Amino acid sequence: MKRDFMKLLAGGLSAAMLLAGCSGAAGSTAGGSSSEGGASADAGDTVKIGLNFELTGEVSSYGTAERNGAQLAIDEFNAKEDKPFTVEGVEIDSKGDPAESTTAAIKLIDEDQVAAIVGPATSAPSISTYQAASDKQTPVVSPSATQVDAMLNNGEPYEYAWRVCFEDSYQGAAMAIYAYETLGDKNAAIINETSDYGQGLAKTFKEKFESLGGKVVAQEQYNAKDTDFASILTKIKEKKFDVLYIAGYYGEAGLIIKQARESGIDCNIVGADGFESEKLAELAGKENLNKVWYTTCYTTVNASDELKSFIDDYTAKYDQAPNMFSALAYDATNLVLDQLAATGKTGAELNEAIKKADFSGLTGSFTFDEKTHTPKKTVLVVNQEDGVQTEVDEVEVK
Amino acid sequence: MPKSVFTKENLCWVILSVVLFGVLTLLMQAGIINSYYRITLFNICINIMLAVSLNLVIGICGQFSLGHAGFMCIGAYSAGVITKMIPNYGGLLLGILVGFAISAVAALIVSVPTLRLKGDYLAIATLGFAEIIRILVQNMTITNGAAGLSGIPALTTWPILIVGVIVAIAVCSNVMRSAPGRACLAIQDDEIAAEAMGINTTKYKVMAFVIGALIASLAGALFACSFYVIKPSQFTFNRSIDILVMVVFGGMGSMTSSVLAAIAIGLLNTILQNFTDLRMIIYGLALVIMMIFKPNGLLGKRELSFKRILARREAGKEAS
Amino acid sequence: MSQFLQQVINGLSLGSIYALIALGYTMVYGIIKLINFAHGDVYMVGAYTAFICTAWLGFGFFPALIASMVVCGLLGVLIERLAYKPLRKAPRITALITAIGVSYILEYTMQYFMGSEVRTYPNVLPKTTYQLGPVSVTTHQIYIFAITIVLMVTLQFIISKTRMGRAMRAVSVDEQAAELMGINVDTTISFTFLLGSALAGAAGILVGIYYNTINPLMGLTPGLKAFVAAVFGGIGSVPGAVIGGLFIGIAETMVVAYGSSLYRDAIVYAILIVVLIVKPTGLLGKNQREKV
Repeated sequence: MKRDFMKLLAGGLSAAMLLAGCSGAAGSTAGGSSSEGGASADAGDTVKIGLNFELTGEVSSYGTAERNGAQLAIDEFNAKEDKPFTVEGVEIDSKGDPAESTTAAIKLIDEDQVAAIVGPATSAPSISTYQAASDKQTPVVSPSATQVDAMLNNGEPYEYAWRVCFEDSYQGAAMAIYAYETLGDKNAAIINETSDYGQGLAKTFKEKFESLGGKVVAQEQYNAKDTDFASILTKIKEKKFDVLYIAGYYGEAGLIIKQARESGIDCNIVGADGFESEKLAELAGKENLNKVWYTTCYTTVNASDELKSFIDDYTAKYDQAPNMFSALAYDATNLVLDQLAATGKTGAELNEAIKKADFSGLTGSFTFDEKTHTPKKTVLVVNQEDGVQTEVDEVEVK
Repeated sequence: MPKSVFTKENLCWVILSVVLFGVLTLLMQAGIINSYYRITLFNICINIMLAVSLNLVIGICGQFSLGHAGFMCIGAYSAGVITKMIPNYGGLLLGILVGFAISAVAALIVSVPTLRLKGDYLAIATLGFAEIIRILVQNMTITNGAAGLSGIPALTTWPILIVGVIVAIAVCSNVMRSAPGRACLAIQDDEIAAEAMGINTTKYKVMAFVIGALIASLAGALFACSFYVIKPSQFTFNRSIDILVMVVFGGMGSMTSSVLAAIAIGLLNTILQNFTDLRMIIYGLALVIMMIFKPNGLLGKRELSFKRILARREAGKEAS
Repeated sequence: MSQFLQQVINGLSLGSIYALIALGYTMVYGIIKLINFAHGDVYMVGAYTAFICTAWLGFGFFPALIASMVVCGLLGVLIERLAYKPLRKAPRITALITAIGVSYILEYTMQYFMGSEVRTYPNVLPKTTYQLGPVSVTTHQIYIFAITIVLMVTLQFIISKTRMGRAMRAVSVDEQAAELMGINVDTTISFTFLLGSALAGAAGILVGIYYNTINPLMGLTPGLKAFVAAVFGGIGSVPGAVIGGLFIGIAETMVVAYGSSLYRDAIVYAILIVVLIVKPTGLLGKNQREKV
């Protein structure tokens, strides 16, 4: 009996030594190996594009809107008669979680062999995919990852990561300029969300506003999903201000506007692209949406024909109106598809093409800034009159 | 005569671990396990570490802690912040150690006052503590607040992770079979009787809690260095429940079942990737059904024990 | 000073909601010693029921309120029968885990059918603001406070003056003795759940109207805070739950007003821990001696 055991032991030890030798070379990380880039896409081929969005979870409304916009772009591309290849959109749900998002991106690249990825909608899940995508030479275009310095990794941009939206610092500064110079407000109060979005916007608004000569008399913060702002509003009501900057998303901003107006705060209210949603009027109540302005890159006022047909197609297909997120994703997808069709290649060559692209879409015309992989775009400011946008202005941030 | 470490039983475990490690590594080298499966494997390993440590606290020591995610959070952020400053293995080790230190202190702060509480109250108190930890992390500047910490170097390699898993399982099972472990079991059965027998219930309850917290912190550290980005919202009450589901399914009190359940749930998560809502409904239903019909879990308190297998072999040989 | 008073009013409205939910927690715990984790989600179901009634079926405020309370009451009884009854003799941990399971089922089933987007209520309750000196009070706040008081008084009446109430009190003191006295324990427990859940349903519609936003995961945090309120006031005590609820509401508001709004949730948990350490039975709770 002892012999049996000794045999087992000897076998195990030799196996172990063999494997230890092999595994010496296996010190690789979760980022994994790089795939061969530069495959070509011919006519009659099907090229896959990954659609990595938050389809469930807290920000599922943004993710779904973007997924819809992206899918619409793909459908339109496929409907063209002279299309060089067929495009298939592979959807995956990142659930708004960075770890899931990385897993999702890796699955899209390794399992589904996508040529490029569009999404996610929010910054943290987007950032977590950049390293893996760059390692595997697959371009990622984020429609709305607006976090400051999102594309940078210790000062250098992630090679394969791009975004089609402007950065929050840009927006915040733009609204500060608009409020001070155009609206003529000299004293401001800020209510911001504790997320990167809210804090980034608040910080840059405050810096710009004060540098122009204005004064920020109060700043309060709230957490996402909060519904009761009575205490915050009562607290700031004491202070004197001409404008209230709400740095957050429509879900809370709508409620804040409603509660503010109802508690007697009727000064100007300004915000950022987070206001952009048909739900804002529902939450705030149309009658409260007066003297409200916000920065955006998308507006239905003075809509171009291209935009009108986008709105019609989207509404026909999805039974609801598109919003800024859908438009951004639509643009991001078209950017990728244009470059794919132009170069006929994937991998490193596709990435180069995207880098040099000169794109014109629903949300503006732009090229990428090489150092930040972020577009240089004009910021629009739209207003709200009884819950409807009636005017649009452009702001240049110096 | 002191017991030797080199028993046949221990050697079996070593061989099993080495073989598993070897097989999986080979599969990765050969490309059969591509990056996607690899990352699923990473998730499973981290889940194993969390499940095993929670099992120690709940199953062995009977302390119903719903705050495990808090310690994972501490470990993750310690490792994240420090590896960003020192992006090499030394940084990772330092991050883990700092995580240990902070978690140990936090565990002491949590466990000492809540020791008197029973069942339900203890659960809510630990939940409250974990939420406080998370809210603190969310509002500090060093952790970059609610935006999350990004750009964490991916230092968790496969060998490091497997060592972590082995350490977690080894520590937890050894505690379970040691004198302190038996003391914990006694406390779980009948605390007053145990006290009457002279067992210092306080000391052992705190010990189990702290060890559980340290392993959770280790898991958190390795988690942070696998996915590049961490956010406070990843360490909420829901995370604690996820770990709880794993422990409950297998059977509270059995290490083997926690490991198996962690693997099963990890795989289930991957398969049901695109069905998030349904997945959660299934988990909820499974919890309820499990508790009503099989409250001891699928495996109960049974363990995989080489000791028994070897003994049976001996007995079989003797008989023949 | 007027700001302080205004914040107190804000706190009282918030607190009334917590009080309504806390009443359900405290009654259920009093009678079967179970923290009904799913209670917060019953409140969420109430909010959605009222949403469906007002937005899709065109009900007015009071019909929707009644509908909400009825649906939630029945839901509570259903949950009790299916999930908690088989576990009456089981260890507390088992029952608690089951409650968590039920909570998940409620949340994600609702999310599956209604989507995770927030929903808004149509304008069923007209809103006017009254200026009472330095503070302003809205009709919504008055309604919430009034309805809470009315429901609490009704509940107290049921418990102290009716037969069923006596039965509830008896079962919560000693279940076996009550059974020996001829009380149908099962029916009594179901009735308790019915009452508690109906109150949660009322809280749901009030919140929906007051804040004008509901989502499937809205029950989690208020549920936890209401539990803290119940513990603070003394779990098992009806007036305690109301006092606890109002206290937590005011505490939260004051932290926002005079401290930082970021810690509004943390303060509630901190209160819980302090209460559990200093006086676990709460303000009005009964001291239970542990028998060896």
